[in-house]
Amino acid sequence: MSIWEYANPVKFMKTSGFLLPWLVGLTVLTLVPGLVWGFFFTPLAAEFGATVKVIYVHVPAATFAINIWVMMLVTSLIWLIRRHHVSALAAKAAAPIGMVMTLIALITGAFWGQPMWGTWWEWDPRLTSFLILFLFYLGYMALWEAIENPDTAADLTGVLCLVGSVFALLSRYAAMFWNQGLHQGSTLSLDKEEHIADVFWQPLVLTIVGFGLLFVTLLLLRTRTEIRARRLSALEQRERMA
Amino acid sequence: MIALLMRDLRLAIRAGGGFGLGLAFFLIVVTLVPFGVGPEGAILSRIAAGILWLGALLACLLSLDRIFALDFEDGSLDLLATAPIPLEAVVTMKALAHWITTGLPLVLAAPLFAVLLHLPTPAYFWLEVSLLLGTPALSVLGTFGAALTVGLKRGGLLLSLLVLPLYVPTLIFGAELVRRGGEGMAVQVPLAMLAGITAATIALVPFASAAAIRVNLR
Repeated sequence: MSIWEYANPVKFMKTSGFLLPWLVGLTVLTLVPGLVWGFFFTPLAAEFGATVKVIYVHVPAATFAINIWVMMLVTSLIWLIRRHHVSALAAKAAAPIGMVMTLIALITGAFWGQPMWGTWWEWDPRLTSFLILFLFYLGYMALWEAIENPDTAADLTGVLCLVGSVFALLSRYAAMFWNQGLHQGSTLSLDKEEHIADVFWQPLVLTIVGFGLLFVTLLLLRTRTEIRARRLSALEQRERMA
Repeated sequence: MIALLMRDLRLAIRAGGGFGLGLAFFLIVVTLVPFGVGPEGAILSRIAAGILWLGALLACLLSLDRIFALDFEDGSLDLLATAPIPLEAVVTMKALAHWITTGLPLVLAAPLFAVLLHLPTPAYFWLEVSLLLGTPALSVLGTFGAALTVGLKRGGLLLSLLVLPLYVPTLIFGAELVRRGGEGMAVQVPLAMLAGITAATIALVPFASAAAIRVNLR
């Protein structure tokens, strides 16, 4: 039993088809209570007021906006090294989800920043690097769309993902050097003493888990769609040959 | 490799507009900016460094799609790929030729255009240094973008979407170097970062570009 078994599309379809209903259930079971708990059953923070509620969407979306790109980097590497089609299709399927997560983080951040900092947008390093990450997602998706041959597209977007990862990271540090920010530092960590209070932390962890499950669910769903689309085009081609 | 470089340079010059077009575009950008932000010298001298860097960026972008497109169409790219010199070297030479035809003229002409924008006097030196150090990275990264889109019919707009985000670190450190230099602040950090990014880009990105071309020629 190794993970490479799932490089076989048939095996992947079977297992993911079995897992999907459970994942949907788990997502609903974590995301809905997490958000309801966060929105309605947490006290208002003194210095933030009701705007603190945005955190339950903002932080999970931002977390996954970055991590989805990392996942795309890993799957692109697997495709480039071991030529497993499912891996390339998973990277393709993840990109729009990551793009939307980035957009959610940016928009909820604007809603939060307006009452807190008195501005919708500020050229803060974190905000700036998220905007740049958004551009990288757009470029990556546009390249997938533009190339007709699926294998060529998978190769080229894989290379772009590798180079883009380096430059996205570089841009992050360049932006930090360029402008000191308004954005508060990291408040969630496993080892630091400084922490947000437990009443806010517990529902936040639940929503982060919920967003993670939501991502896995959507990813499996979209990868299955991509595999089916690939099969369909193969069938059409065979039809035309016959 | 030298022969390849000379061939590309000759092609760029004889095709017309190799040197001139990028420069003319740069001049137009510099001319249009005061219309957009108003003619006050104080504002212009504050944003001059940024405008000059942005102009260099856009002028560089303008000629990127021609780096491989013509060679791809007439089949000479296939010959280059099977030539005894490695494809990585071919890509590097292409980038060098692009830099000589667009980057170098911009570096040389930038002080003239800086006069139009009232760049503060101490910043001239740093403008030259930053452009000289930064524009090679722009050409090499542009070659990567051109290699990705070489097989596409209408790759121009996609090319800018792919390449411009890669220019962000170079732009930040380049413009920051000019700003700090002009104000007499310490310049070591942006100087070292700009030079480091360019050096790493020249050393590593040609491998990615060559890989992309191999995929496109398959």
